[in-house]
Parts: sequence; structure tokens; C-alpha cells
Amino acid sequence: MTPTEDRDQHPLLEVAGLHKAFPMRGHRFGGGPGAGAAVRAVDGVDFHIRRSETLGLVGESGSGKSTTGRLVLRLIEPDRGSVRFDGRDVMALDPSTELRTLRRDMQIVFQDPYSSLDPLAPIASVVGEPFEVHGGSSRRERDERVAALLEQVGLGATHLYRYPAEFSGGQRQRIAIARALALNPKLIVCDEPVSALDMSTQAQVINLLRDLQEEHGLAYLLIAHDLAVVRHASHRIAVMYLGRIVEVGDAEALYREPKHPYTEALLSAVPVPDPRVQRTRKRIVLRGDIPSPADPPSGCRFHSRCPYAMEICKEVDPEPFPFAGGWAACHLHSHGPKLAGAGVAGLPVGATTGRTPDARDRIAVDR
Amino acid sequence: MEAILEVSGLTVDAVDRRGGRQALVEDVGFSLARGETLGLVGESGSGKSVTSLAIMRLLARSLRIRAGSVLLGGQDLVTASDRNMEAVRGEEIAMIFQEPMTSLNPAFTVGNQISEAVLAHRDVPRAEARQRAVEMLDMVGVPHARERVRDYPHVFSGGMRQRVVIAMALACDPQVLIADEPTTAVDVTIQAQILELLRQLQAELGMAILFVTHDLGVVADICDRVCALYAGQVVEQAGVDEFFDRPRHPYSDGLLRATPQSTGSADRLHIIPGTVPTPDALPAGCRFHPRCEHAVDRCAEDAPALEPTAAGGLARCLREQELHLGARA
Repeated sequence: MTPTEDRDQHPLLEVAGLHKAFPMRGHRFGGGPGAGAAVRAVDGVDFHIRRSETLGLVGESGSGKSTTGRLVLRLIEPDRGSVRFDGRDVMALDPSTELRTLRRDMQIVFQDPYSSLDPLAPIASVVGEPFEVHGGSSRRERDERVAALLEQVGLGATHLYRYPAEFSGGQRQRIAIARALALNPKLIVCDEPVSALDMSTQAQVINLLRDLQEEHGLAYLLIAHDLAVVRHASHRIAVMYLGRIVEVGDAEALYREPKHPYTEALLSAVPVPDPRVQRTRKRIVLRGDIPSPADPPSGCRFHSRCPYAMEICKEVDPEPFPFAGGWAACHLHSHGPKLAGAGVAGLPVGATTGRTPDARDRIAVDR
Repeated sequence: MEAILEVSGLTVDAVDRRGGRQALVEDVGFSLARGETLGLVGESGSGKSVTSLAIMRLLARSLRIRAGSVLLGGQDLVTASDRNMEAVRGEEIAMIFQEPMTSLNPAFTVGNQISEAVLAHRDVPRAEARQRAVEMLDMVGVPHARERVRDYPHVFSGGMRQRVVIAMALACDPQVLIADEPTTAVDVTIQAQILELLRQLQAELGMAILFVTHDLGVVADICDRVCALYAGQVVEQAGVDEFFDRPRHPYSDGLLRATPQSTGSADRLHIIPGTVPTPDALPAGCRFHPRCEHAVDRCAEDAPALEPTAAGGLARCLREQELHLGARA
């Protein structure tokens, strides 16, 4: 086997057993509830991303998806776990030298293009900064390269000496993408790249990301709460709940036939932009809020809101159940109805044995 | 159906310090019947929030209503005195916002704030207003309402706060509720709860809802009719099925096609090129023409009027008759 083949067989990014807890400050005057406790923001996360692949990471606020993105880049240090990128152990790298070099290959685009660009710097230096940081080049050289980048993201070179404030939200996000592209990265973490944009501009940026992927063979970790956007832009999708991934699968399959009740509920909560479909589809309205990540429920973390919860779900943390193209961490696959990798969608609410008495209260099918 | 709220010819100007005026919203009109939900749809800068704030007469000082009328139960809110408006707000028309904390005072318990809303309009004993607060919290699905009236806003989650705000808005049983992006700041599972709740409350109380949103999924979910705004003007009005099946304005059509569908295919998304023009740089002719794939020469010259469509709606497009939009599978 040649080294190139070997490289291609390994995923570009491999994340295993990632953990990060943030201490809670508790009450301002010391003591009080929560003092000394920790929010387990990311609590045992595993996934991989192949070259030229987009992995969508979805979940509600507090699920730990943004923290995961930052841990992968070591923008924050994980408590535990391993991150392998392009064959190298990211955690073992020396931060001031090796990690710096590695960051040419891993970039990030943030949600808010209003706060992620320096308002006092012209576009040439905003986008050209990576060249200065990672090996200098003359100003003319820099400007030429920046102009080429701007061209790629659909902005003219005439914008070189304008300031961020002169651009619309969509244009600023293009500028942020151009900056991320500057050093020819292999992976870009996109943290809610379109959620601050208007409807008509969202589509422009989503298509741009796809074009750049085809052109440069980029991989993306696409973090977003908008499930329609994620489905549209991802090859595979990972669903997070309270610091854990609960299901991973191919994008189409996951949407067509969710294998975890949380995935099903999350998908059914997204209103479909078609009134006739929306009126007749099966709807699951989850009762209650997402529990605090400082004190996640016992057993399966989703059991307190799950319409199919069984006795075992309260006590035992489910292992991932593998199926073609992914896995789901849910007892329904090995206990009760023993779905064994089939979708949960066909499951009637009463189907689960020993379900909690109030389970019916938590489900509302249709209107 | 008899209209409860009738907005016509509403024009709102931004006034600068030297007295210069620029229209943010121009000649906007629609009506709202009892028990009906009208979606006011548009991107930022379309004028949807300015329109709803103008109806409530809650515009910032730099914004003025230049023309038009807002008829609510025979009274024109545009010409009503400030004092009259205070009586109308909360009693006959109420509003909820994207961020519930903008309507809640962190220093008072939620029970206090809801009963305050009742006492402002009703001559009832404090205990009765208090009782009403408990009833309302219970009605909007806040668990253990009797105890929770004593809680302060900060101890509630985002979704629960939005429920509290809805309870406060509906405490005096208004005929019209204006909901300005009430689910934009919450997660989808909470959004589903809030939409379900509004639907339920509407069935029980019969109020009309003006639902301001940019999310076409939400429109499909909760609205009976749609009024689409672009650059300060109404570009289309239609029943919700009609709007989604066969939009009559290229902007509506473009938005529908630019929206990724969680059930749809993974093809490239349709793109509306360019961005929404700012009020100081409106194009001549049709305001949408520079971004319109169907534009012809006359679109750059003649400003189209809002004309009735064959389906009983309204559209502002010179080519409405000849275009056949909405060829969605």
C-alpha cells in the first residue's frame, strides 16, 4: 500500500471520547446552588469526517455542538479525549509551534459576521492577515492573493480597501469565508454560518460553501440549529443532545427514517414550508425544556422527554446500536420493540413495554 | 368575514434631524378577521416590524406615520390620542416580541406584572387580578401556576418566558394579537410548543393574530393568509395554500425556492441575486426588478400597482398575468 492510499483510507478528522466540563460559578456571593458543580458541555463525543465530506452537527441550544467545534480546533482545551487530524494527534502538538502550523489546515467561520471581522481593518488586511501570520509576503503579493480569494467567494477585487461596515451581512460572511480559505485548509468548522443571514442570502452562502467544497476538496464540520439547512448541505449528520451524540447517519437516511426518538422529535418540530403537508404530518411536540447539562437525567439523557421511554431508559445509559451508515444510542433497538436499526417513525406510542405512565402526555400526534 | 382590524394606505417615514424624510413603509394595507391569522412576511428591511409597531403606535421618535389609517373596532388608531391609545393597548390589541425579556421587568414577579396588566384596564380588586394571573399562567401551560406567579422572570427558561409574555398579552382578552417573530429566539422543539399554544388559545379565545415572521415554515404552520412585504411595500397577498402553490410575485416565488426544505432534495438552492435595497437607494420602476429573473425593460420604468389576481389575492407585478410561477413539484 502506498502512503497516499493509506492516507485516503483514514478519515481526515477522528474524534474519540471528547469531554469538556465548565465549572459553574454558583452564586455571586459564594455558595448557593450550583457552586462547585460543572456543566458537562461535551460528555463523551465520537465522530469522524472524511476528506471532501460535510458532517452536519445539529442540536438545540445547550447540546454542546459549538463547544465540540472549538474543541476540535483546540480553541479550548478538552478535559479528555483524542482528536486526530490528517494522521496527527492534535492533543500532543506543542501549542506555540506545531499547533500553529496545523491551524493552516483547520479553519473556522463564525455565526456573526458583524463581530468576527475587525471593523477598523480594510478587507485586504482582514482576509490577508493569515498570510502575514503564517509566513510573510509583500503587500502587493498579499493584495493579489486576497483579490483572487474575493473573486472565489463572489466578491470583486474592487472591495480590497473597503471596511467591513460597508458590506451587507451576506457579503461579510463571504469575506469571513475568504479569510478561512486563505491558507488552503483541508477542514473548515462552520459554526452557524448562515443563521444571522436573511432568507435570500442564506441560499447564496450555502451554495458557495458547496462550490468551494467541489473545487478544493474541503471538508466541513457544519454546526447549525436549522435542520433544513443542515440536511441540504451535509453528507452525514450527527445529532447532539445534552453533550452527547445520540445518532449519526447518512443525511438522507437520517431524515427519512430517524433511528433515535430525539431525532424524530427534532425533525417533526421543524415546520415544513408547505401548508398542506404541514397540516397532515405526524407531529411530536416534546413537553418541557432541555434539562440542565449540569445535572443530566440518569440512564438515557433523553428519557425525561421521550415519548417511548421504557423502564430501562431511566437506569441504563444506552450503548450505540450500529446500522448501515451510522449508529443510534437508544434502547429501543435492543429492548422492548427491538427495532434493531429500523426507524422509530412507525412506532405507535403505546408500543413500548413498561412505558412511564405520563408518556402519553408528552406526545401530541397531529392536531 | 367582517374585519376586526383594517390597515390601509399606511406610510411611515424616517425623519432625520434636518427634517429630511424617507419612507420605510409605503401604502401598506391589509385586513384581519376574527379568529384569523395573517402572516406578515419579509426579510430584514422589508418594513414588517415598522408596520406592526406603527399599528401599536409604538414607533421610535424618529419614525412618523405620514398617511393611512388603522381601524380597530371603528376607531382610527392613527389619529387616536395618546391617552386613548393607552386604553386600547393591552385591552383591544396586544403585542409580543422576539425577546420576551423586552416586555418583562426583571424586578417584579410575573404574577405582579400580569395582574398589573389587568388592573390597568379593569376596575377589579387586586385579589381578583391576582387570580386572573394564575388562570392565565395555567392557560398558557406554565406548570404549577399557583406557585409560579411568585417567581421572577429570570428563573424561567426562554420558552417559559415567552409563555408568560403571552399570558400577559392575553390577560384582558384583546381582539387582536400582534406576534413579532415570537419564536425566532427559541429552539425548534420550543417553537413547536409555542405555535401549538397560540393555535389552541386562538381556538378558545377567537382573537385575530398578525404573525410577523421571516420563516416560511412557520407561515405554512400557523397562517391562514399571507401578506409579503419587499422594500417597504406589499408585493403579494394570498391565502396560504395559494401562496405556496402558486405565488403570483417573483419575489414570493424566489423566497419559496431559496428555502431549503427538510423534506426536499439536495439540489442546489435557488438564489435571489443581490440584497434588499436600503430605503435611500430604491430602484426606479418595480423595486424588485434588479433582482428579478423575469424582469423586462418596462419593469425598470413603470412602478407596478398592487392589483387583484384571478385567485382573489393581490400582486404587485407588471407581468403577473403572463408569468406562471410556482412550478414546484
